[in-house]
Amino acid sequence: MKVKYKNKHTVFPYLKWLIIGDNIFKIISALFASTILLLLGLMVYELIKGSWLSIQTFGLDFILGTKWDPAISKVFGALPLILGTAVTSAIALLIGVPISLGVGLALSEYIPKRYGFVISFLVELLAAVPSVIYGLWGMFVLIPFLRDYIYSHIRALFGFIPIFSGPIYGGGVLTAGIVLAIMIIPTVSAVMRDLFMIVPNSQREAIIALGATKLETVKTVVSYTRSGVIGAIILGLGRAIGETMAVTMVIGNRFQVWPSSLFDAWYTMSAIIANELLEATYDLYVSALMNVALALLFITLVINILSRLIVWRTLRLVRGIAKE
Amino acid sequence: MRTMYKIAIPIVVVAVVAVSVFAYQNSLPMRTITLNGAGATFPFPLIDKWAAEYHKIRPNIQINYQSIGSGGGIQQHIEKTVHFAASEAPLTEAQAGKIPKTLHIPITIGGVVPIYNIPGIQKGLKFTGEVLADIYLGKITKWNDPKLIALNPGISLPDQQIIVARRSDGSGTTFVWTSYLSNVSPEWNATVGRGTSVNWPVGLGGKGNEGVTALVQQNPYSIGYVEFAYAKKNNLAYGYVQNAAGEFIEPSIESFAKAADYAVVTLPRGDESWSRVSIVNSLTDNKQAKGAYPITSFSYILVYKELNVLPNIDEVTAKALVEFLWWAIHDGQNYASDLYYVPLPPSIIKHNEETIRMITYNGQQLLK
Repeated sequence: MKVKYKNKHTVFPYLKWLIIGDNIFKIISALFASTILLLLGLMVYELIKGSWLSIQTFGLDFILGTKWDPAISKVFGALPLILGTAVTSAIALLIGVPISLGVGLALSEYIPKRYGFVISFLVELLAAVPSVIYGLWGMFVLIPFLRDYIYSHIRALFGFIPIFSGPIYGGGVLTAGIVLAIMIIPTVSAVMRDLFMIVPNSQREAIIALGATKLETVKTVVSYTRSGVIGAIILGLGRAIGETMAVTMVIGNRFQVWPSSLFDAWYTMSAIIANELLEATYDLYVSALMNVALALLFITLVINILSRLIVWRTLRLVRGIAKE
Repeated sequence: MRTMYKIAIPIVVVAVVAVSVFAYQNSLPMRTITLNGAGATFPFPLIDKWAAEYHKIRPNIQINYQSIGSGGGIQQHIEKTVHFAASEAPLTEAQAGKIPKTLHIPITIGGVVPIYNIPGIQKGLKFTGEVLADIYLGKITKWNDPKLIALNPGISLPDQQIIVARRSDGSGTTFVWTSYLSNVSPEWNATVGRGTSVNWPVGLGGKGNEGVTALVQQNPYSIGYVEFAYAKKNNLAYGYVQNAAGEFIEPSIESFAKAADYAVVTLPRGDESWSRVSIVNSLTDNKQAKGAYPITSFSYILVYKELNVLPNIDEVTAKALVEFLWWAIHDGQNYASDLYYVPLPPSIIKHNEETIRMITYNGQQLLK
């Protein structure tokens, strides 16, 4: 073998250079790829450095504190922000997931492929709209509409339930949830469609052969990719948690531990950073905002990693079965 | 045909070369100078207009101003990355202590006005500082509160909840507004205080002047506060506010200018500490300040007294900067009214002239 290789070199001397070129390319690609890791590392480092003062001053009280007073006592606690982020994201999932599931199933099971691509295209187009546009639309179109035609009726019908009572401003927790739902639908439905598409037809044929109705077939398809669907939902959650501009424009930005109703105003972690960082006037204030950012980065990282892992695992599993 | 090209091409080449050499030689003394500035969003339209107009007069000077917020502007000034910064608040003692001597130059005046949306009621509802503070503290919750009725006899105020709107983002507007409320209400001063953002007891937060404007326009029976220009441009109903002299003053370019005029006697020299300067504060107890609107503030340009401390500056640039500032406080003021900014009164222009004369480069005074 070795002799043959050497011979090749004497016959094609440029081959050696080709091999070296290969290596150089490999190294360069690896370098570029590692910049992503480096970037993430630097980001975490900077955020920890920036929030160090706040971590030292407040410690765990920062996460559990319920007061945000930059003017007098200079005490910062982020619990209301964390709750606000969690609840608005949960509402977004509650509204967005069923719709995404419907879109995904329609595209994979019901609509013929040659028409389906139009809907796929439109849904994916939604993902390309900048979030500040959603915010503006929310502020000038959705808020007046919801307040005048939807919320007042909801309150009239269900006002005896505390979460549907109280004054209606238009903006607020529910409005933020609705805007977020619209923003996560493209991502979640696209992932779901891909998951359902990949279910082998043999599965569908098998269950139909057993005499199942269309609905039962669809149920099988969903249960086949169950863990992947959960991953897609968590992916949407990650997007909802990090969303900033659109939320701050419709949520009302009121710092309180718990709103009086779904129509009341609240606040989220990303919104307060966007709002207050530019005019934060002293070190501890800036540091507290950095601390919020650090907590947010941590939460979104965990959620995204989790969801990716689940989606990948399902895709691999299903593909593996399909090959067999 | 061929011969024509043979003659024409060399002629064109020679002409182009000659023209460009001529142009190049001429352009040498007219080196392009870029003046970089950053800071408050409030004076941005005015500074932007100045940049365009000044470029017409002095084509080799480019003014590049980024409106990143007062806090960001001060940060850039401290880090010496810009030639000038704009801020709605003067430097605090702590900030000024960290850096070489900085000059404060008031470049325009702004007023913050209460706006409201009550169907059937036009502009001109009367407010006192206490009443505004009580509304923003959540103590006055209805429009037909006895205190409001007492101030506005003859106007039938509705029995409706007041929806309070305020800024959610940190802003100079909020700083001016909360400074005023702190001065007129001891309770506000003790519980909420003054700042670019504060711990609001009640209300909905809108992002930016436009966010508050939208909240007020969309919610009947709401109240908010914005820069005067926004109230004017959007045709919002705005209230009159009582000053220390006891008059209810309509916010207007004239009443803001008057307020600044009364404040000028309290101004320190340009190179002294300005941390305590506030038109709002100087008017709080000034019973003589007739016709002055009480919620008024300066917008400043900050420059170093000795420009050599900036890392990337030479004498030509330093001179260009000083000349631009001189132009801005004189001819530049003509562009203010059209954009709803308040032109500086003569007393303040005179004060600024002295300040600008203090600017040096390597110890040499730049404007005599």
